[in-house]
Amino acid sequence: MEILDILLSENFWAAALRIATPLIFGVLGALICEKSGVLNLGIEGIFAAGAMAGWMAVWLGADLWGGLFFAALTGAFFGLIHAILTVPLGLSQHVSGLGITMFATSVSYFTYRTALPQVSTPPRIEPFQPLDIPILSDIPFLGTVLFKQTAMTWLALFLVVLVWWVYNRTPLGQALRAVGDNPDAVDAQGLSVYGLRMGAIVAGSACMALGGAFLTMSAFDAFFFGMVNGRGWICIALVIFASWRPGKALLGALLFGAFDAFQVRLQTEVGAFVPSQVFLMAPYILSIIALVIVARRAEYPRALLTPWFKGQR
Amino acid sequence: MKLMYMMAKARMLIAAVAFGLILTPAMAVAGTIKVAGIFTLPVEQQWISRIHIALSAAEKRGEIEYVYSENVSNTDYERVMREYSEQGVDLIVGEVFGLERAARKVAADYPKTAYLMGSSFAPQAPNFSIFDNFIHEPAYLSGMAAGAVSESNIIGMVGGYAIPEVNRLMHAFMAGAREVNSDVTFLVNFLDSWYDPPKAKESAFAMIDAGADVMYAERFGVADAAVERGKKAIGNVIDTASDYPGTILASAIWHMEATVDTAISAVADGSYVADDYGQYSYMAHNGGSLTIDETLVPADVVAAIKAKEAAIRDGSFVVTINDETPVSDN
Repeated sequence: MEILDILLSENFWAAALRIATPLIFGVLGALICEKSGVLNLGIEGIFAAGAMAGWMAVWLGADLWGGLFFAALTGAFFGLIHAILTVPLGLSQHVSGLGITMFATSVSYFTYRTALPQVSTPPRIEPFQPLDIPILSDIPFLGTVLFKQTAMTWLALFLVVLVWWVYNRTPLGQALRAVGDNPDAVDAQGLSVYGLRMGAIVAGSACMALGGAFLTMSAFDAFFFGMVNGRGWICIALVIFASWRPGKALLGALLFGAFDAFQVRLQTEVGAFVPSQVFLMAPYILSIIALVIVARRAEYPRALLTPWFKGQR
Repeated sequence: MKLMYMMAKARMLIAAVAFGLILTPAMAVAGTIKVAGIFTLPVEQQWISRIHIALSAAEKRGEIEYVYSENVSNTDYERVMREYSEQGVDLIVGEVFGLERAARKVAADYPKTAYLMGSSFAPQAPNFSIFDNFIHEPAYLSGMAAGAVSESNIIGMVGGYAIPEVNRLMHAFMAGAREVNSDVTFLVNFLDSWYDPPKAKESAFAMIDAGADVMYAERFGVADAAVERGKKAIGNVIDTASDYPGTILASAIWHMEATVDTAISAVADGSYVADDYGQYSYMAHNGGSLTIDETLVPADVVAAIKAKEAAIRDGSFVVTINDETPVSDN
């Protein structure tokens, strides 16, 4: 198979979208947090917590959508901790975020081990199945790429539209953007800076947790420690690539998914001449290059990383 | 009230520990061997689960007292090794692929403790023995099943890391497949992760898209992809056939019982020396076995595999050990 054949095959693009799905959730979550002015490095741990919580809920008997709800709730909980530490208390967003990552990862594993102390293989659930929408899935190319994905991919795409709509078409979105650019102005309008920022972090973290849940409830059917494997960190880079815009966030996630799907295929083709590690790092290197090109023109939320205290100027 | 209770509890704990320290040498003489397992991943992980099961079985038989620490990072591993050694544990079983040199230093510091470690390098006298999953023999046999069943003559292989432990099983598998089917070609991918099923699945999908119809499932996730696309798979280390009905042609299973039991009895009678325990994973010691789904593999192939297994067991056929990184054919 030649390189062009790979890039033109529908299975390749279907794989790219599948790999991109958890990243879409993650990058949207990071975007929601950062647009309000708060960096959330808890993302990697929140992914793990979402992966564990969603899977565990289903394993204990909830249905899949109930599991997703529970995953989002778990993400929101860790988001709330981060929000309290960084917004009213104004602590270092980096330190708090990394702490959340370690805490959430360990708690997930602790919970898993407490519930399942003696298992020799990870127990499985019945995960989301690829949809086979009649008529639509028969469309050449697009049918395979778009209409044979699981419901969670559709949820991710829907969230992109929803986030875009909220930020560009609603007063709430305007306030959320303003709180990340100029919290004093938001305060002068009589709106609660604390409330808006904390709400954004909680909502963003819930969204991140769905990305984790995708791994255990759609991409695979069991939870295992360490399976997030850096996907959260990628989202932190992608949100800069996206210039904090939902549409570009989708594009960035898809681009990364395509790089990854491509390296997997390339590895089997020319693995005899090039060590496998080169391919494994390729998506990351290409992301860095893309970042360098794009990020110079990125419009940072101006108050990002700056704590705001009521009454202080 | 609660505080007092906690303090009392703490004091009891200290007393118990002190008591234990005094008692340890006496107890070792008394008979029950203390064994500690130290693993870098949770005990569900395929490779580790085999060791854990063998040690748990020995504990059930009352031969040993078994404690373990799982998910110990390589950077923390030496500390845990030293802690167990200080506690007077008789035998420590684990894996030192990420800290070969440091682990041997620990062993030199505690000559009275026996170490039985998964390792790519040589044993170290007097007390540091090594083992590994030398199941290249059943891997060869499972390759025969794969080569015979493949219709597209393309077999996909997804591995964790390209290290000797993985490479030699892949090479044996490939040799077995080539013996029965000279037209077969292989696609090889590595994940650089021991556990990333979504990624393993994507690798497998890519190979199936490229024409593979039998997948060598070295990692979790590969057989899942085979099920989803209606292809076949070969299991490795653990038996997952019941999780993927109608998909697993054959599996090369690892059994740690022979290795662990030999070490335990050597510790018990005081004859433990630094040795290469790798041989106890060979079929001759029942350290490796093959399961085969006779509803999926043609009867003549099953017969050929059985004959080859007998030849391996009686020593008339030797599976070559090749630790080089396998690559795709093209």
